[in-house]
Amino acid sequence: MSTRPDRYTGIAQALHWLMAVLILAALPLGWVMTEMDLSPLKLRLYSWHKWLGVTVFMLAVLRLAWRATHPAPALPAGMPGWQRAAAGISHALLYLLMLAIPLSGWLMSSAKGFQTVWFGVLPIPDLLGRDEALGEWLNAAHVWLTYALAALLLAHVAAALKHHFVDRDDVLTRMLPGHRKP
Amino acid sequence: MIARLTLPVLALLLPSAAPAQAAEYTRVLTEQSRVAFVSRQMGVPVEGQFRRFSVQLAFDPARPETARASLEIDLASIDAGSKEANEEVVGRNWFNVRQFPTARFQSTGLRHLGGNRYELRGPMTLKGRSGELVLPITFTPAGAGGAIEGGFVLRRLAWGIGEGPWGDPDTVADEVQVKFRFVVAEAAATPAAGGKPARKP
Repeated sequence: MSTRPDRYTGIAQALHWLMAVLILAALPLGWVMTEMDLSPLKLRLYSWHKWLGVTVFMLAVLRLAWRATHPAPALPAGMPGWQRAAAGISHALLYLLMLAIPLSGWLMSSAKGFQTVWFGVLPIPDLLGRDEALGEWLNAAHVWLTYALAALLLAHVAAALKHHFVDRDDVLTRMLPGHRKP
Repeated sequence: MIARLTLPVLALLLPSAAPAQAAEYTRVLTEQSRVAFVSRQMGVPVEGQFRRFSVQLAFDPARPETARASLEIDLASIDAGSKEANEEVVGRNWFNVRQFPTARFQSTGLRHLGGNRYELRGPMTLKGRSGELVLPITFTPAGAGGAIEGGFVLRRLAWGIGEGPWGDPDTVADEVQVKFRFVVAEAAATPAAGGKPARKP
C-alpha cells in the first residue's frame, strides 16, 4: 500500500518504548509489593504501582488515538498468513490488556476501599463502593490478566527478535529511532 | 483612591436553641452511632471506624452548662480499612491495645455557641497520654431525640500513634480526621428493661 509508511513515527516509537519501560517497572513492583509485610515502604510501592498503572492507561489511550490517525507500517511482504493473523491478534490483545489491567486495578482498589490518587495529587473518582467480595474477584482478574500480558510480552519480544535475527527484516528496526530501512 | 463599600447590615436571626419542651437526653443508640476517622496514606484518604464504644450522656439542649458526657472506645474494635491494616494498628507501634485497650474522653464543659452549635471540652486519654480536647459539635433534634455530631483533627504523632518506621508523616499523614455521630434519645418512659419509648397510637 503506497499510503503506508515504512517505519513508525517518532511519536509512536516514543510511546512504545516509554510504555515498555513503565510496564516492565509495574509488573515486578506489583509482584514484590503484594508479597511484602505491611510497612511504610509497602504503602509507597503500592502508590507507585498505581501511579504507573494510571499513566500506562492514559498513554495507551493516547497511543490508540495516534495509531488511529497514523497507520502502522505494513508487515513484510513474504510473511505467511498465520503469522500476519498472529501479529494482528497479539497486538490487539496487547492494547486491550494495556487498558484492561489498569482498569481492573483501579476498580479493585475502589472495591477494597482505597481510592487511587494519581501521584498523590489527582484523585481518580471511585466508580465502585467498598465491597470485599467484589474486590477479591477484581484482584483475581487483575492478576490473571497480568499473567496473560506477561505471556504476550514474551511472545512479542521473541517474535521481534526472530524477525530481526532469523528473518532479517525491518520489523524490529522500524520501531527503533535513528535506523533507516536497509 | 479609596473605594467605599457599603455592606448591608445583616440581622442574624438565630432560631431558639431550646426545643418546644425541655428534654434531657440520657440514652445513646449505639447501633445508629458512629466513631469514624479518615487517615491519609500517600495522599489517599482511607476511611476507618471503631465498632465498639460506649457513651454515658446527660444532655439538655436548654441547659448545656449542666451537660455531662463520657466516651470509652474499645481500640481493638478498629477497622482501619483492610484486614492487613487492622492487624498492624493494634500492635505496639500504633495503639498497643494489649497495654492500652481503651481510649477515654470525659467532658468538663459544654458551651452554647449559637444555633445548634456547641463547644465541647475535656481531657482525652489515649495510649497512656492525656490531653485537653476542645471541639465544635452540633446537635440536630429529630423526633424525640436527635443527633450529636462533631469531629477534630488528631495529630497522631503527638499521641504516639504510629511510631518507629511509621513515624514518617509523608507515608501516613500526621493529621487524622476524627468524626463522630451519636444518636441520642430521652430516657425510656417506662421502666421496662430495654424497652423503647412507647409510640402514640
